[in-house]
Amino acid sequence: MTLTLTRRETSADAATTLRASRPTWRRRSKNALATGAVVGAAVLTAVPLTLVIWAAIQRGSERLDLALFSNSMRGVVGQGGGLLHALTGTLLITAATAAIAIPLGVSAAIYLTEYGDQTRLASLTRRAVDIMVSIPSIVAGLAAYALFSLLLGPGTRSGLAGAVALAMIMIPVVVRASEEVLRLVPGDLREAGLALGSPRWRVIRKIVLPTALPGLTAGAVLGVARIIGETAPLLLVAGFTDAMNYNLAEGRMATLPVFIYTQWSSKGLDTAAYDQRAWAGALVLMAVVVALQLAARALPPQIAKLRRNR
Amino acid sequence: MNASALELAPAAGRVHGGIPAGVGASGERGFRGAMRGAAIAVALVLAGVLTFLVIKGGPAFFAGAGDLPAHATDFFSLAAPLAFGSAWVAVIALAFAALPAIGVALASTIYAPSPRFGRFLGAVLDLLAAVPSVVFGLWGLMVLAPAMVPLYEWLHGHLGWLPFFSGDPSVTGRTVLTAGLVVAVMILPIMAAMCRESFALTPPPLIEAAYALGATRWEMVRTAVLPVARSGIVAGGMLGLGRALGETMAVAMVLSATPGLISVNLISSENPPTIAAFIASAFPESTGSKVSALIGLGLVLFAISLVVSIVGRRFAKKGVAK
Repeated sequence: MTLTLTRRETSADAATTLRASRPTWRRRSKNALATGAVVGAAVLTAVPLTLVIWAAIQRGSERLDLALFSNSMRGVVGQGGGLLHALTGTLLITAATAAIAIPLGVSAAIYLTEYGDQTRLASLTRRAVDIMVSIPSIVAGLAAYALFSLLLGPGTRSGLAGAVALAMIMIPVVVRASEEVLRLVPGDLREAGLALGSPRWRVIRKIVLPTALPGLTAGAVLGVARIIGETAPLLLVAGFTDAMNYNLAEGRMATLPVFIYTQWSSKGLDTAAYDQRAWAGALVLMAVVVALQLAARALPPQIAKLRRNR
Repeated sequence: MNASALELAPAAGRVHGGIPAGVGASGERGFRGAMRGAAIAVALVLAGVLTFLVIKGGPAFFAGAGDLPAHATDFFSLAAPLAFGSAWVAVIALAFAALPAIGVALASTIYAPSPRFGRFLGAVLDLLAAVPSVVFGLWGLMVLAPAMVPLYEWLHGHLGWLPFFSGDPSVTGRTVLTAGLVVAVMILPIMAAMCRESFALTPPPLIEAAYALGATRWEMVRTAVLPVARSGIVAGGMLGLGRALGETMAVAMVLSATPGLISVNLISSENPPTIAAFIASAFPESTGSKVSALIGLGLVLFAISLVVSIVGRRFAKKGVAK
């Protein structure tokens, strides 16, 4: 401790004592400076968020019309066109990713908390999750590309490959969130169920999972929010197209983030039209992300209420 | 609490009284097997990632001229400038993000006038973390970069004798400094979250003792909060560094890169490319051995971010050791 203390006066006079124990001007101004810096940092953090949201609203609203949501980019050069194909692709790929990552992630978390807490498999899985969190998203894209080119030949691009790449990113998020939530379920509940003679899997299904459901849902929503804006892996393995594609298993599939990127990266002559579409895409994507964030915060109490009413 | 439940497990398996033994037992075995299978699958996914990358990218390490993108003669001469660029952008981002991250973490824990204000700041950080990198890229490229040009001209005029600001400044503003700033905004919430966690771990008696000794709030933070949280802060920094190294789209869009360049100039129109951004921009047009070279680069990036995250986790463990 390098704290310097003001010497206390021994006088019985209370007022003198108080004044003496007051920090010196130097220390007070240092304190004020630090407070100012901390407040400044807090304000500074809000600045880029405000600027980005403002830019997305201002520039994105120029093309926020009905055609944006009802048209694809097929045959469009210059003005017009829309992002329906990209929105559809994002929904399909996100749904496929969630269908892979949520059951797998939650099940692995159940094993970690309910069955093999201290086993070697559990520590292996936890270590794998730790490493997977640190995989850059583009590397996940490369791995999915390598897998699918080994299976189906080089150059393969499909929505499913994109979903596999995104699942690599989402699985660790779901495992970590679910493990945390499952650990919050009181041990007493499990013991009560076991004491009544229920086998362990019924205790998990009837007691542990329903209790943890709000938290598990929030974790899943956060996982979706984490991957829905991912661009790099999809650019590599799902590719890009101007037309609709409902088939996850075959052919290139456009997604909202890649749409934003390609509108900027491969512009036609009328550059303003492409920039407008890119910003409109950014606005739609931001709205989806914000909605998911709010949902992750708002969902748990609602689900808890639903269950209580039933 | 969990330990006691686990101790009960084997006993419950043996004596499940009233339940028909056959049905319960096979259900238990099936369910348990499925959960165990999921845990194995998660570990296998990681093994798969490594295997596929090595099979498809490994040959690139020994590839010669003609098999590599950007006219490189061997893999090292391709990877070295890119690795420098990644590290350079990440260090710039870390330099800009570190102090604000610590500041905003202090603001939302120690300095927060009410818990509600702390939660509000937390929500702002969560939202900032959730903004897709492609949106940051678009914003950095079309809003931030043009706005930075006057500053770059000023820096060149007044500090041009420094190697960082020599040469003609970029007229588009798409420099390594702009890219570093954008990435700084992106890693700030991650670092702040880690700092917040470790500040919240400060033992309250320590805080009270500092105040009782007559410390001002800043002196309390400096003597009680920061020393306890030091390893947590370093861990947050490493986490941010790892994320900055792997950041792809924002850099690919903002940075106007020159392949093969190694330069510390911050404001020039010629900038060193980064591994991740190079992969993303070269991949769609590559085929055959060039794709393999890009996957090899991905392997290099993976190795770098793995080392950073392992170091970071070591610090994080030190932070929560009780």
